[in-house]
Amino acid sequence: MAAYHPPKIASHEITPESLFLSRRAFMGAAAGSMLLTSSAGAIAADLTASPSSFRVDEPLTPEKDVTNYNNFYEFGMGKGDPAANSGDFKPSPWTIKVDGMVAKPKEFGLDELMAMPLEERTYRMRCVEAWSMVVPWIGFPLASLIDKVEPLGSAKYVAFETVVRPEQMPGQSGYFQPLPWPYVEGLRLDEARHPLTILSVGLYGKTLPNQNGAPVRLVVPWKYGFKGIKSIVKITLTDKQPPTTWNLSAPNEYGFYANVNPAVDHPRWSQATENRIGEGGFFGGSRRNTLPFNGYAEEVASLYAGMDLAANF
Amino acid sequence: MASIPALPRKYHGASVWALYTLGFIPAVSAFYLGATGQLPGNAIKEFEHLLGIWALRFLIATLCITPIRDLLGVNWIRYRRALGLLAFWYVVMHFATYMILDKYLDFASIVTDIARRPFITIGMAGLVMLIPLALTSNNWSIRKLGPRWIRLHKLVYVIAAAGALHFAMSVKVVGPEQMIYIALVAALLVWRLLRSRFNQRRRERARPNFGAAR
Repeated sequence: MAAYHPPKIASHEITPESLFLSRRAFMGAAAGSMLLTSSAGAIAADLTASPSSFRVDEPLTPEKDVTNYNNFYEFGMGKGDPAANSGDFKPSPWTIKVDGMVAKPKEFGLDELMAMPLEERTYRMRCVEAWSMVVPWIGFPLASLIDKVEPLGSAKYVAFETVVRPEQMPGQSGYFQPLPWPYVEGLRLDEARHPLTILSVGLYGKTLPNQNGAPVRLVVPWKYGFKGIKSIVKITLTDKQPPTTWNLSAPNEYGFYANVNPAVDHPRWSQATENRIGEGGFFGGSRRNTLPFNGYAEEVASLYAGMDLAANF
Repeated sequence: MASIPALPRKYHGASVWALYTLGFIPAVSAFYLGATGQLPGNAIKEFEHLLGIWALRFLIATLCITPIRDLLGVNWIRYRRALGLLAFWYVVMHFATYMILDKYLDFASIVTDIARRPFITIGMAGLVMLIPLALTSNNWSIRKLGPRWIRLHKLVYVIAAAGALHFAMSVKVVGPEQMIYIALVAALLVWRLLRSRFNQRRRERARPNFGAAR
């Protein structure tokens, strides 16, 4: 793999320390008031993370849009369904089993995941449906978890699996099931170990809301959003390209790689432009050009050197 | 047989205008919410989809007038033109929203969509077929065209099928909502195949002893 060069950060993009500290004070106060107002079920708790150099120079998508406009078919197919139907989901206790071609397979508890050095990373999120957001995630590099289990030299891919709980996830029960469960996803090992790839446990300074994939989800900012598998219970290292849910569902529409690419259309719509969510109604000027690798080409294009990106969409 | 109380004739005209007014409420209210930034999430897509779904609903309502008369004996044919024209205007608004708000009048991209993406081709065909029907939806055309008017307006069956197909093909997973619309359109089209036999048998049943008495 080529040496990784972190992107150059313009000084105006870095939050002044005074602002950062006042934000902490605000978060503290918010946490206090939350104790009074929160109801049963999932409670978004205050989460402290160190700032990182991974932040895009674009306005954040409002939190209400990030947490109310979701694709999470385990809770229903409508964009508002995950927020409306995930109240009974219990993200704690939780374990992720990491196994397969590793020297030290292990089950990680939620406390161990939350004890990883957490960073706040502001990434673009580009959905395959041609809309996008800018989200302040909190998480840690997936590589640091993979390192703990010591992958064998034969491991080439990483497979992921979402929890199956029909009693807590209404989309997984009933007569109509939009997808086969569990939802599965996969990455090449070098993609999984790339510094941009994180496991997220929070957003907007709080633990992940259920509708965003509590308690732990994958975030791969240069790929379409459906690669970001949610509520992960299993990670398996393997030597074969793992099956992925949307590719199984419609192989001509969703590939294994799913790198954001304005030059390769989805069969039913153009990927050249995207609609930024939460930019104020019809006339917010929210249609913008989609960038190759979602704007992360400088960091990740070398992973795909020599590959035909139209064939490996 | 008319179990629903009949509307006095003097209100007929007013009731048709009331239908037009009510019919445009979903579009007007959603446009207001969208223009003022109150539609959640992806405002343009929400509006576009709302217009599309109401177009399909009005098409289905148009096709319901005949079976309601056949099965319930209630004649609402005076509302059929309004329902059909509402469907037409919703399709026009749906396409205009796609063209202006969604695509920013990027005609190259719009032409590519219509030519290359089957669900958009089918939707566009539906809109094109609606145009002659809307243009001939007046009394003068009915008189002028005579029996040809009836033949021309059978296009609405193709348009309704195109609308339901367009909806089902536009989504990532065909779910219960799309299946309901497909089933409704299918049932209404199948009724056209069955109704002449049904009505004939009912007419015979209405005078069961006619032959025996002679």
